[in-house]
Amino acid sequence: MIQYIAFWLFASMVIASATMVILARNPVHSVMWLILAFFNAAGLMLLAGAEFIAMLLVIVYVGAVAVLFLFVVMMLNIDFAELRAGFVRYLPLGALVAIILAVELIVAGAAWSAGKVDLAARAAPAVTDRSNIQQIGELLYTRYIFLFEAAGIVLLVAMIGAIVLTHRQRGGVRTQNISLQNQRRPQDATRLVDPGVGQGMEL
Amino acid sequence: MTADLALIWPELILTIGGLITLMLGTFLGDRQVGIYQLSSLLTLAAAAAAVVALFGIDTTVFSGTLSVDSFGGFAKLLIYAASFVCIIIAPRFFTGGMRAEYPTLILFAALGMGIMASSRDLMTLYVGLELNSLAAYVLASFMRTDERSTEAGLKYFVLGALASGMLLYGISLLYGFTGTTDFTGIAATLGGELNIGLIFGIVFVLAGLGFKISAVPFHMWTPDVYEGAPTPVTTFFATAPKVAAMALMTRVVIDAMGPAIGAWQQIVIFLSLASIILGAVGAIGQKNIKRLLAYSSINNVGFMLIGLAAGTQQGVEGVLTYLLVYVVTTLGAFLVVLQLRDADGNQIESIPALAGLSQRRPGLAAAMAVFMFSLAGIPPLFGFWPKYLVFEAAVDANLVPLAVAGIVASVIGAFYYIAIIKMMYFDDKSDTEIPASGGVIVEDAVITASALWLSVIGYLFIPVLAVVSASAAAVLF
Repeated sequence: MIQYIAFWLFASMVIASATMVILARNPVHSVMWLILAFFNAAGLMLLAGAEFIAMLLVIVYVGAVAVLFLFVVMMLNIDFAELRAGFVRYLPLGALVAIILAVELIVAGAAWSAGKVDLAARAAPAVTDRSNIQQIGELLYTRYIFLFEAAGIVLLVAMIGAIVLTHRQRGGVRTQNISLQNQRRPQDATRLVDPGVGQGMEL
Repeated sequence: MTADLALIWPELILTIGGLITLMLGTFLGDRQVGIYQLSSLLTLAAAAAAVVALFGIDTTVFSGTLSVDSFGGFAKLLIYAASFVCIIIAPRFFTGGMRAEYPTLILFAALGMGIMASSRDLMTLYVGLELNSLAAYVLASFMRTDERSTEAGLKYFVLGALASGMLLYGISLLYGFTGTTDFTGIAATLGGELNIGLIFGIVFVLAGLGFKISAVPFHMWTPDVYEGAPTPVTTFFATAPKVAAMALMTRVVIDAMGPAIGAWQQIVIFLSLASIILGAVGAIGQKNIKRLLAYSSINNVGFMLIGLAAGTQQGVEGVLTYLLVYVVTTLGAFLVVLQLRDADGNQIESIPALAGLSQRRPGLAAAMAVFMFSLAGIPPLFGFWPKYLVFEAAVDANLVPLAVAGIVASVIGAFYYIAIIKMMYFDDKSDTEIPASGGVIVEDAVITASALWLSVIGYLFIPVLAVVSASAAAVLF
């Protein structure tokens, strides 16, 4: 029973927060709603018995989105004084989101321990005797090894592309020359002097 | 698994060659153009040799995710040849600005296109497509200080990401309703009753692929991107990815959706008709030769889709022949565009500047005339032959109205091709001076060879072409 309650909770929250992502005027709020949407999607994955993907969603997406959030803040020139001014006013809304998240975490835990939703119309057979991670690992390094390696090349191309589009040689930059540093001996760099009393130092 | 590695030599060679080229560029510096260009050209030649060596094998590798067959081989040879030419023509265009990443990205794009052309699984399809697309986005904005080039890259990226999203949505629907990503498995399920989910999946997958082949109504990016991208990159876009995407689309509709022909045939017919008509009408009034060639490519994709709409082996043979002739013609036309430079060495792209070209550069004008006549499909030239093949296939598949519409639209299309010829031969000289600067010998040789092949010699190859395209198409049936 609890799985069904959890499903409706997560599903409606995903849709509601996804709608808020595009409706929110403030881009920072949009990102917040996006995080909530990811959390709920992770809950849905948990219900479907894909706990590994659920964890990935939380770790990768929510983690990556935190970085994205930083970029948004840095690039959009948002006036933080103005944002902070409304802190008390927005506190109830923030607290509401936080409470929803907390409740959902509890419900998800309870639903997961009660077993996953029985998907009767599922075409692919579900394997029950092994954990998610084990199954994905077995497929990734055997059946789909070619795709796995090709995905690596895709990432390489993305990296080359980012460098091609942004890297440029600047003139007048002092770069570190490690071999020159290592060749430098103490006698080249230091001088021992024995100044007389009251005569001072000349450099 | 180890035995499978022996069957993917083309992919292995391209990967290793791409990495070597990247390292050469990194450690020798961007000025050593000759060295990294040579390494990339050798890589492509070796990969093509590997494809030829594997020709005739028909099997799947890596648990059915990738196929090794003559259909993929045919497409790969075309892709590698087009990439080869696009690397040759680059150094002269990027004067002082050619970087080692250009051949590297072309090599990886060719790898992705090879994977596309031989995919047998929806996931392979997507990985190959993204590998090709990511490289293409970067290539489009390769001249990053040029405003038009960066705009082209950004536009291509945004619309490409949207198309990828649609494709993925369709893939997820197909997977959800069939329970497999394997083409054979999908075909088995589609043989039964079609439900609404499956139909939506088919529609979205075809929409995503339609974007990649720039079929109307998913063509909006094509003129802008072709105009803005550096000309060698445009040459690349107009040839190799078209072959890959068309081969992929053929494989998907015949291999994976073959039994559901009733569902996809009408979509392909619509894409085909819309592309032919809009490609022909849109080209009229274009002032930029690269934009005009973009519309011409949209138009030609429409004709290829006529062959595909037939859904028969004959139709697929027509598509393959069409691809070969299209690639040769388009390469030739873009190479001619590359030769057009004014006295200061700046590229000329405006069509009115072509007026009176026959008096200044008679050879170049003659070659351009051959390419234009061939694209228009005027009979003595070889461009007529593939058009005839696809129309014949459509008529044999009882799609007479489609063939008739295609023929009518090709007459509209002939208008603007012939308008260019008229401008070159009968109009007064334009003010723009196009000095008869000696091009690179290789470029002249490619232009001459392709023009000769399209004018007469091509017809001598028909028996060979028929055998090769038949053996390639037979794999899918």
